[in-house]
Amino acid sequence: MSHDHSLNPETMPHNPEKATLEGKNKFLGLWFFLGGETVLFASLFGTYLALKNSTADGPTSEELFGLELVFLMTMLLLTSSLTSVYAMYHMKNNDFKKMQLWLGITGLLGIAFLGCEIYEFYHYIHEYGFTFRSSAFGSAFYTLVGFHGGHVLFGLCWLSAIMIRNAKRGLNLYNAPKFNTFSLYWHFIDVVWVFIFTVVYLMGKVG
Amino acid sequence: MSTAIAQKRSFAAVLWDYLTTVDHKKIGKLYLYGGGFFFLLGGLEALFIRIQLIKPENDFISAGLYNEMITMHGTTMIFFAAMPLLLGLMNAIMPLQIGARDVAFPFVNALGFWLFLFGGIMLNVSWITGAPDAGWTAYTPLSTSSPGHGVDYYVLGLQISGAGTLMGGINFLVTIVNMRAPGMTYMRMPLFSWTTFVISVLILFAFPALTVGLFLLMFDRMFGSAFFDVALGGNSIIWQHLFWIFGHPEVYILILPAFGIFSEIFATFAKKRLFGYTAMVFATILIAFLGFMVWAHHMFTVGMGPVTNSIFAIATMAIAVPTGIKIFNWLLTLWGGNITINSAMLWSLAFIPSFTIGGMTGVMVATSVADYQYHDSYFVVAHFHYVIVGGVVFGILAALHYWWPIMFRRILNEKLGKLAFWTFFIGFHLTFFIQHFLGLMGMPRRYWVFLEHQGLDMGNFISTIGAFFMTFGVLVFLYNAIYSWLKEEPAPQDPWDGRTLEWAVAQPVPHYNFKQLPLVRGLDALWIEKMEGNGKMTPAEPVGDIHMPNGSILPFIMSLGFFIAGFGFIYQTDTDFAYILLFGGMAIALICMLIRSLKDDHGYHITKEELEKEAD
Amino acid sequence: MVNNTKTNDFHKQQNKEEMKKQLITFATMIIFTIIAFLIVGSGMMSKMLAIPLLLVLALVQVAFQFYYFMHMKDKGHEMVAVMIYGGVWAAVLTVAALSLIIWW
Repeated sequence: MSHDHSLNPETMPHNPEKATLEGKNKFLGLWFFLGGETVLFASLFGTYLALKNSTADGPTSEELFGLELVFLMTMLLLTSSLTSVYAMYHMKNNDFKKMQLWLGITGLLGIAFLGCEIYEFYHYIHEYGFTFRSSAFGSAFYTLVGFHGGHVLFGLCWLSAIMIRNAKRGLNLYNAPKFNTFSLYWHFIDVVWVFIFTVVYLMGKVG
Repeated sequence: MSTAIAQKRSFAAVLWDYLTTVDHKKIGKLYLYGGGFFFLLGGLEALFIRIQLIKPENDFISAGLYNEMITMHGTTMIFFAAMPLLLGLMNAIMPLQIGARDVAFPFVNALGFWLFLFGGIMLNVSWITGAPDAGWTAYTPLSTSSPGHGVDYYVLGLQISGAGTLMGGINFLVTIVNMRAPGMTYMRMPLFSWTTFVISVLILFAFPALTVGLFLLMFDRMFGSAFFDVALGGNSIIWQHLFWIFGHPEVYILILPAFGIFSEIFATFAKKRLFGYTAMVFATILIAFLGFMVWAHHMFTVGMGPVTNSIFAIATMAIAVPTGIKIFNWLLTLWGGNITINSAMLWSLAFIPSFTIGGMTGVMVATSVADYQYHDSYFVVAHFHYVIVGGVVFGILAALHYWWPIMFRRILNEKLGKLAFWTFFIGFHLTFFIQHFLGLMGMPRRYWVFLEHQGLDMGNFISTIGAFFMTFGVLVFLYNAIYSWLKEEPAPQDPWDGRTLEWAVAQPVPHYNFKQLPLVRGLDALWIEKMEGNGKMTPAEPVGDIHMPNGSILPFIMSLGFFIAGFGFIYQTDTDFAYILLFGGMAIALICMLIRSLKDDHGYHITKEELEKEAD
Repeated sequence: MVNNTKTNDFHKQQNKEEMKKQLITFATMIIFTIIAFLIVGSGMMSKMLAIPLLLVLALVQVAFQFYYFMHMKDKGHEMVAVMIYGGVWAAVLTVAALSLIIWW
């Protein structure tokens, strides 16, 4: 438990995540980090766009991609974005149990998404022999989508760490910013996925 | 009181203190020590290059070693000398200038430093097995086909230190946005803090491109991907774009803080408010903005076509406008001022003509048609050394003389300072001015030898003599640092009759910086109080408890983990044994992150009573 | 104390209304996604028409994410917006460079 009483006030302020200087710093720091991540993913997208036709006589994007699985993955991730909004809604109402519940659902949806992605990669490798090393297109595809998957995985680890750590002590001004920064990060992962399903899969299917 | 204790402390205690510190002033010093060490290393490499080129067909070092020298010289100087020295100055001074007790993320700040240091060590470990030899730009396919592990060390070293720099950038941004003292509005911030802010934005947007570029290179070299492998449809130009999308903002990341430094020094030693403060701020922002849109001028000869080349040529020339605004503002700050000339001022004054020459040759190489002649010749070498040495290195040395009393409680010896300045200044122009002409006469850069009777002998000889002058200047500066530490008296607070907040801080600087946060009433906050006869800042708050962060060894261990994992990545292509290093190192780093996440760190409070007692 | 509960009620009401907007946002995003997949799945549009439309749909979705889910529309997000738009600008330049000026 925290010994600092200022972190456990009688009534929680309206925006507990931004009530302390540390909280404000975390909030801004994460947003700025996302600004940098935008360029990181843009570089990966640019590389992908440059190499998407370099199939080296391997399968092309039109032959590879199936829309059903991607649609399912998209729905999973979009929904997890909404559930994390719900979690923050309950954080602002100082309802810790419901927040944990919605965060838990967010995590499960994330795991399901990751499972689909692993299945998808496995499918490409074993059905089509389409690997990271088979062509420049392969390298670019797995790197871009894999970086996103890595971000999801990192987010899941982060989520479990803060959920387990704070399970018993409830919400206070020390951990509220942590939950909030996680939710921002999670939304950003969703933003990246919106571009991935549009630019990689849908545009890849159109040709 | 505290110095007496400091002197009695054992070496181990001091070492532990620095390994675990999260204090921005100590981290600033660590950056200066680390950056200074790599600066000497990079200088030594430069000296080897110049000795090799002292006469035609010299065989002082072998061709392979020469390639390693030029690669390591460039990489070391940019990433591990200039960057950390500037980050060190920012760490040490910027929070004081804006009236903050600390930076926004002290832990991350420490992590940034250790990542930089381990990245630098990683790069230099490569000397044992063969250093990178593909040039500091590591163009593919030269870098993907370079044998041995040299380029692998380059990739991992830069990746690790680059992550640290990115963290440093975010940290500075949040500090400046959230932690300015009461009354310190954006348009009252000293120029050095402004440039820190702007270059942090550049770091934030430029470094991710390098991160991705390095990942692609790493995947190609170590995991068999095909980004740059033409046989499988890869494309080498991707690397050039990613490298320069990072690389060009990088040169502004280096030069803008120097601009900030000169603005402080000119105002202080001319005893005048900086001329055109607002214009200076907007010129800085404009340079940063334009600096993002000109990267392809490094690639004029790649064959992007006349339209692209023209666009980038014009955008590049446009940067001369805000830069010119700055030059004129400095001159007008000096005009009619009550000027004191000391070492700090000498470096600053020498900067103006030196940098202007570099700027003019910059416009020359920006002319895309003419650039086909200059490209990859010594003309370009001369150009970028004029801006980087004449701008950044002069700036760092000026800043060291100027802020030395705050950072190390000594005033550097003036006689030694002037000796160092004049030898370095003369040596610098001897070395590089002649290189313009060598380049125009057709001497290509990066060549191991040149032939005699081609008109290049005398020029190269003069250039090498200049390099020795510069070496002498650097050694005198080092001697000065040690000499003043041992022989000079502790410096008084505010020895230069300063204008900005950092001179209002007590000496030695307490670890909480300000007992009471100052109330800032305008630009040149301290000067305003001096003019109104107060002589010191008005506090903005009563004496109260101060919240401070706890020190931690985790940043050091976490960086060590990444360092170990780096070796794993490099050697997993040779032996499976390396996977132990890879996974072991990553595990160490991740466990440190987990501990950081799980273990509450509320910091501690310095109580009001302790503060009042310390004042006595 | 009484005062406190009152403001709490007020904030709760406010949060509730906010949440309604979030649900509408979510519904719109789902619809947009379905439209995007339908366009491609049915093959009803030519490539020249489909690609710009897909990009527009994606951009609107992303704007919803940023402004509603991530609260960029709220006060106190000025600096945040500066940095995100800065990042977007750098991103646009990067993508444009890598898709337009790499010769083959």
